[in-house]
Amino acid sequence: MYTKRIIPCLDIKNGRTVKGTNFINLRDAGDPVALAKIYSETGADELVFLDISATEERRKTLAALVSRVASQVNIPFTVGGGISSIEDVDILLQNGADKVSINSSAVKRPELINELASKFGSQCVVVAIDATYIDGEWIVHLVGGKVPTKRTLFDWAKEVAARGAGEILFTSMDNDGTKDGFANEALARLSNELSISIIASGGAGTMQHFADTFTHGKADAALAASVFHFKEIEIPVLKQYLKTQNIQVRI
Amino acid sequence: MNIVIINYGAGNIQSIKFAIERLGYSAKLSNDPEEIRTADKVIFPGVGEASSAMQKLKESKLDQLIPTLTQPVLGICLGMQLMCNRSEEGLTKGLGIFDVDVVRFRESVKVPQIQWNTITKLKTALFKDISEGEFIYMVHSYYAPVTDQTIAMSTYGEPYSAAIGNANFYGTQFHPEKSSQVGAQILSNFLEL
Repeated sequence: MYTKRIIPCLDIKNGRTVKGTNFINLRDAGDPVALAKIYSETGADELVFLDISATEERRKTLAALVSRVASQVNIPFTVGGGISSIEDVDILLQNGADKVSINSSAVKRPELINELASKFGSQCVVVAIDATYIDGEWIVHLVGGKVPTKRTLFDWAKEVAARGAGEILFTSMDNDGTKDGFANEALARLSNELSISIIASGGAGTMQHFADTFTHGKADAALAASVFHFKEIEIPVLKQYLKTQNIQVRI
Repeated sequence: MNIVIINYGAGNIQSIKFAIERLGYSAKLSNDPEEIRTADKVIFPGVGEASSAMQKLKESKLDQLIPTLTQPVLGICLGMQLMCNRSEEGLTKGLGIFDVDVVRFRESVKVPQIQWNTITKLKTALFKDISEGEFIYMVHSYYAPVTDQTIAMSTYGEPYSAAIGNANFYGTQFHPEKSSQVGAQILSNFLEL
């Protein structure tokens, strides 16, 4: 059995849920724990919390939030944002997170992936990759897509898999916020070239976009935020639709 | 009811504790042999790498205690795998409670398996009121093949044990604490054994 996963992403700032378009212009979409609970009760397969706070209190605030989520939510969830050490991960997992997602810290110091995989297991290490298509190449970007690196998507994805990542969360910065669909060509190539799960992110606008990313994009899971937060797409309806498209989902 | 979650430094302990609390019970985290021996129900969690988890069990001598327990014991994920004869992961000798060897998924599937899978051929009271084909959450790279002790089956590339049982010992490869209402029912069934 191969079941595709639907993953709402909650962007968190100072304990509240926010979501921007192309990562700028943030809008408030509610209390993260309340939202998480609703999603877990209405068919979400997993949740991702992405913390974009930049305060000194962030680590403590995030750990407290993770604990509140874990106490009320009975599906797996991933926490990302500003994680750069074994200690950061340890605190989040101890508070009840199932997985962590790392991005910039992995690009800056790739050994972190090996360290986390060997200490906590590959299954809890998600490496998030943000990339933009420039002059025929997918270029990896940092800091919410603002800073280009010298790395290219496919080389970096292979490296993180070899270093022990359990999953890759690929966000196409070109698609993110457009509601024009996922970057299925790049996703399909990632899925073909790697033997770990690929989560598609960036571009969800319609239910067909989800079907397309699972069939054409060969994604194992699809992540979206605003279409879920603003109820443009309701997960139970989406899953029924996917089933009619012969895509295996948990209902 | 006195529920103890074995706390040996290799588990998603907090999530299991919360899941038990959501069912209206409370659970104690402990690595104290006496507390574990006298509990009504024992949960043996585990996440991470097999040989280092087994090393931690040995450090607190729990490897000798667990096989002698007589109350219902539930191993979860790596906990279940450590209750088998041995694991291919780190060439680890297990507790020998379940008569099967744990092996790694082959190249034809994505490893680790991270998805909601279905369970079938359900046996024992652990699966009371659970229908065939319900979805549960699986996260693992190694698995126990199907044996005559298998009490629930899943398929990922090939059939494998989603759960194993032997006398008072139960093990689930999946995470009941993360498997929505179905998982909560299974956990509740265990606590009511």
